[in-house]
Amino acid sequence: MGLESKLGSGFLATKLEFFVNWARKFSLFQYPFITACCGMEFMSTMCAHYDMARFGAEFPRFTPRQADFLIVVGTISHKLAPVLRRVYDQMCEPKWVIAFGGCASCGGPYDNYATLQGIDRIIPVDIYIPGCPPRPEMVLDGLMRLMDKIQKTKLGDESTQLRYEEMLSKAIREWKGPKVEAANLRADW
Amino acid sequence: MSKEVLDKLLAKFPQAVVSSHNRLGDETAVIKRESLLEVMRWLRDECAFEMLMDLTAVDYLGEEPRFEMVYHLKSLSKNYRLRIKARVPEGDPVIDSLIPLWKGANWFERECHEMYGIRFQGHPDLRPLLLYPEFKGHPLRKDYPLDRRQPRLPLLAPETRRFPRSGDETGHEGEKLPDDSHEHGEF
Repeated sequence: MGLESKLGSGFLATKLEFFVNWARKFSLFQYPFITACCGMEFMSTMCAHYDMARFGAEFPRFTPRQADFLIVVGTISHKLAPVLRRVYDQMCEPKWVIAFGGCASCGGPYDNYATLQGIDRIIPVDIYIPGCPPRPEMVLDGLMRLMDKIQKTKLGDESTQLRYEEMLSKAIREWKGPKVEAANLRADW
Repeated sequence: MSKEVLDKLLAKFPQAVVSSHNRLGDETAVIKRESLLEVMRWLRDECAFEMLMDLTAVDYLGEEPRFEMVYHLKSLSKNYRLRIKARVPEGDPVIDSLIPLWKGANWFERECHEMYGIRFQGHPDLRPLLLYPEFKGHPLRKDYPLDRRQPRLPLLAPETRRFPRSGDETGHEGEKLPDDSHEHGEF
């Protein structure tokens, strides 16, 4: 039936890298980290009208350990930053991060004592979706760009993780502030 | 309606009330901070102000006394409101806690304490409510620098914010971004 009748019991020739990336990009398991009004647009994108399921990224996991795709939706305050760090650290490689909306990307309108000026000050970000909040079309565009990016990734490429480690080590070395237990960064923190 | 309450208040506590007005229907009395608890107890028991709607502070930097406490009272049974204010000096920013009268004052006073540094005498637990324990200073005071940040984590360097992957559209190395290292702030 179907595909087998066309192909017979033979084999397909393709590049492993292409095949793995193809499989990864269509089965993103997301962890939505939602703190603010952008969540409304996120819900709209998830639901039937815009239907993120068409891209295979519809299934939210409510533990980061089962997710490979972190969507940070909304304002992240300095108080919340250690929590986001921890969620990111709990996810298994390979993992991708989308900064959803102006606040997550750069702090948005909140340039004050409370707000982290963009989540890329604490974790690596793959795609930034601008807007306050972004329309669902923009979100889907961001998701498709992420899928393109995953498709083009080289297998076994650890450059992002290595660079992140290097930057984090530097930041920890230069840190003069108090050590926050909730952050639980790593042994040398 | 609440004009009558204001008149009663003036008649009852002539020494405690510094000034009063009812501009645009907002009855307001400025009282001395020493007599706050006494006046408030009388208002609650005799004038049926069952509800403390709000409690906050204003920072008049450069004036003396510097801070002004603002209390909004509402009577649910008689349906009128009253605003009570009291000045608090910078050198000794202490005022009585209203928890004995209205339990709801607890979290208002905690927030007011962390944001303005006003101490509430008799408050059982003045831990920060919204800010984190490591936070130094009082951010809603007018002399708190606008750009002072107190991060809890080591922040990654601003010039390497982009994380190129091999599949990145642009692919070039990290783009230079404006330096915002003042975020590291003082501690």
